[in-house]
Amino acid sequence: MVNVTDQILRDSLLITPGMLIPLFPLIGFLINGLFGKYLPKSITGWIASVSVLASFICTFYIFTNLPSTSSLHIDLFNWIAYSNMNIGFGFLIDPLTLVMLLVISGVGFLIHLYSIGYMHGDEGFTRFFTHLNLFIFFMMLLVMGSNYLVMFIGWEGVGLCSYLLIGFWFKNDAYNDAAKKAFIMNRIGDLGFLLGMFLMLFNFGSLDYSVVAQKALLLQVGSSVLVAITLLLFVGATGKSAQIPLYTWLPDAMAGPTPVSALIHAATMVTAGIYMIVRSNVIYALAPFTLEIVAIVGVATCLFAAIIGLMQNDIKKVLAYSTVSQLGIMFAALGIGAFSSGMFHLVTHAFFKALLFLGSGSVIHALHGEQDIRKMGGLRKYIKITFITFLIGAVAISGIPPFAGFFSKDEILSHAFENNKIIWAILSISSMMTAFYMFRLVYLTFFNDFRGTEETKTHIHESPSIMTIPLIILATLSIIGGFIGVPSVFGFTHQFQAYISSVTDASKELMKENIELNHSMEWVLIVTAVVAAIVSILYARFKYIIKKEQPSEDVTLSGFDKVVYNKFYVDELYDSIIVKPLKVLSDLFLVLVDKLIIDLFVNAIAWIVGLFGRTLRLVQSGNTGFYVFAMVFGIIVLFVIRLLI
Amino acid sequence: MSQYLFFTLSILTIISALYVVFSRNPMYSVLSLIVCFFTIAGHYILLNAQFLAIVHIIVYAGAIMVLFLFTVMLLNLNKETEPHKTNWIKIAAVIAAGMLFLTLIASLKSTQLGTYHLPYRTTIGLVQNIGEKLFTDFLLPFEISSILFMSAMVGAVMLAKKDN
Amino acid sequence: MKEIAMNYVPQNWYLLLSTFLFCIGIMGVLFRRNAIIIMMCIELMLNSVNLLLVAFSAYSGNSDGQVFVFFIMVVAAAEVAVGLALLVSIYRNVASTDINILNKLKW
Repeated sequence: MVNVTDQILRDSLLITPGMLIPLFPLIGFLINGLFGKYLPKSITGWIASVSVLASFICTFYIFTNLPSTSSLHIDLFNWIAYSNMNIGFGFLIDPLTLVMLLVISGVGFLIHLYSIGYMHGDEGFTRFFTHLNLFIFFMMLLVMGSNYLVMFIGWEGVGLCSYLLIGFWFKNDAYNDAAKKAFIMNRIGDLGFLLGMFLMLFNFGSLDYSVVAQKALLLQVGSSVLVAITLLLFVGATGKSAQIPLYTWLPDAMAGPTPVSALIHAATMVTAGIYMIVRSNVIYALAPFTLEIVAIVGVATCLFAAIIGLMQNDIKKVLAYSTVSQLGIMFAALGIGAFSSGMFHLVTHAFFKALLFLGSGSVIHALHGEQDIRKMGGLRKYIKITFITFLIGAVAISGIPPFAGFFSKDEILSHAFENNKIIWAILSISSMMTAFYMFRLVYLTFFNDFRGTEETKTHIHESPSIMTIPLIILATLSIIGGFIGVPSVFGFTHQFQAYISSVTDASKELMKENIELNHSMEWVLIVTAVVAAIVSILYARFKYIIKKEQPSEDVTLSGFDKVVYNKFYVDELYDSIIVKPLKVLSDLFLVLVDKLIIDLFVNAIAWIVGLFGRTLRLVQSGNTGFYVFAMVFGIIVLFVIRLLI
Repeated sequence: MSQYLFFTLSILTIISALYVVFSRNPMYSVLSLIVCFFTIAGHYILLNAQFLAIVHIIVYAGAIMVLFLFTVMLLNLNKETEPHKTNWIKIAAVIAAGMLFLTLIASLKSTQLGTYHLPYRTTIGLVQNIGEKLFTDFLLPFEISSILFMSAMVGAVMLAKKDN
Repeated sequence: MKEIAMNYVPQNWYLLLSTFLFCIGIMGVLFRRNAIIIMMCIELMLNSVNLLLVAFSAYSGNSDGQVFVFFIMVVAAAEVAVGLALLVSIYRNVASTDINILNKLKW
């Protein structure tokens, strides 16, 4: 029992670290941004990394000192005060925020270290770290905000930084197009988010998390207001977290440097949508219709992306589709009401997906920019550390115990089995496909013989230690990270769930009671999942090592293979349905509205002014007598006016 | 008696002013303007502004009109070289001036002239009183007018000089 | 009653006289084309104002009006000097004092 003064003292001690957490990356951004060109390149990378490390230390300090049932409110200033609408700018730090902050700052710090090695020699070295620090700042703002508007600032900010970083090598037009695509699709989602916020403001009068939850509880379950708000917010989440239909930007975003893909498109930005839904778990629990939609979209995305990932040949694109698929699993978990399971999978996914991306970056670095796996092979002899860590990551994502992915995925699958058997079936099939294509990637990249050019072969070298140390750390986390959430079936208490229970309990009583599985059924599910994964791995091994199949060249594909390889032609579909009509419409507006109406109007004004000028200048006749006449006339008029008025 | 004086002087003033405007020969215009100035000086004496009347004659009739005469004679203007405006412009001029007169009268009609305390002070126009006023209240304009004169002299000389 | 004009001549008559002279001056400016005559008519206008000022000064017992007339005379003298000098230099250029000849500063 903590008495009140102790609590107040503890809270006041934690406020300063709380405010410092987003401040360090901002300072790093300002130093690198303003003075970067005067500082030597060896320092700028370290400035950026140390600032993130400082944030991590502050976060860790708060993590160890804040009990899991309380939360820290930091109100900075009253931002918008207009009649009865008061929106303040403040931070809310509770267990959910701390989980996200630990992931962002911890994985972010490792990726910063890695980037010092990966981007070495690039002429935009300082600019890269500037953008990275800005991104970390905005992401922290997103998760630390105490109301939806501060979250939206971070939401937009990470979208901006994503654009800047994807188009980092801006001299290439294709990369710029990819950056624009990411930003625009994000923006479409943001429109949904904004509309959701407007509805919230209109109906509840506030954007504060606690106020919204309180007022939402007064409405009846499933009321149309709540369904509308939650659906609109979910549209924003689909844009940010790459779900159907706004997912096509994520594979194209692989045009950015690999650390960017690791940080933004694996560990942090794309998880913003999931964070948002877990944060709003009360209003989502009160709108079961939306939760069904979330589950359906998540499951569909998971399966769809997994199928596409089976046939991709670019090492980063496989990982991109894998990310989309895993995000689908997380959304499916949220849709069936397992909020803490979704968060748990988010954390473990951050570990092994960042590891996989960084590992692929290491491979690309070793091969001097080659990304096509058809030209790789047999690399395990040359780059051992990369190989071992990459293998650990692949095993983790396939769900083999006791690695991290097993615990989180198994938890989701068991909740899915309780809820809806069809969802469980589709998720299990996608997990098998995940295991298959991940190990396809491993076998084709690291096993058999090298299939590239002789010149590349002589240059293969292991990455420097500044790149391999983050790999090793992430690999360790992928191995032991799952133990924070060991389910009760093994006899331990679920630490993770207990930790964030203060956030998720609010919705627990609103969810319909699931049939609690008895332990034997859970064991059956676990064994089934593990066996399925191992079967997929063995089939991949059979196909690619024993039969030594190689993926075919692009032109020789046909039929269903071709459709899958071309990503089900979704991009082309969007192009013809949305992009082309927009272009036609804008051309129409150009001719009809711009040239005819607006130009006419503006030119008419200019013509009238000219007309006045041409007529009035005739007054200047140069004749002095006329001028005197005019003066006398003017005086008479003035007198008359004065007389009349 | 003073009323008769007023009427006589006024009629003379008006006739000479009209002659200034309507005469063909510029020499006659100048001469009738001199007559007009003399009559106005007479008005000044009627109004107890003795000093001003003398100064008026000295400055205007003695200096300014002499200047005008010199210029007219220098430029050798006479009846033949005088340009004339067309008839309808002359009519328009008369009408314009007449309209101005009417408007002024109309706006003066409803004015209230100030009520002054009687009896009238008749010594305000004497030299000592004017001098006192000039050197106490109006000292600054007095000094600046000397600068004005100097600049006018310099300007006139510079403008009228022949360029070599 | 003292025999001064102010007892017998109402103030309004001076007002009328002055206005009439002023309008004659304006008529002269509009009427004539010779620049010298125009300047003389401007002098006439100035004098009408002088008359009015002296009249007001006499009827109100304040000598401020007379001092002001003094300064108007100063300005008129200076103006005539400079104006005639200008006129002479124009005559040297165009050999005429007709104001309609100087009409090049137009549209």
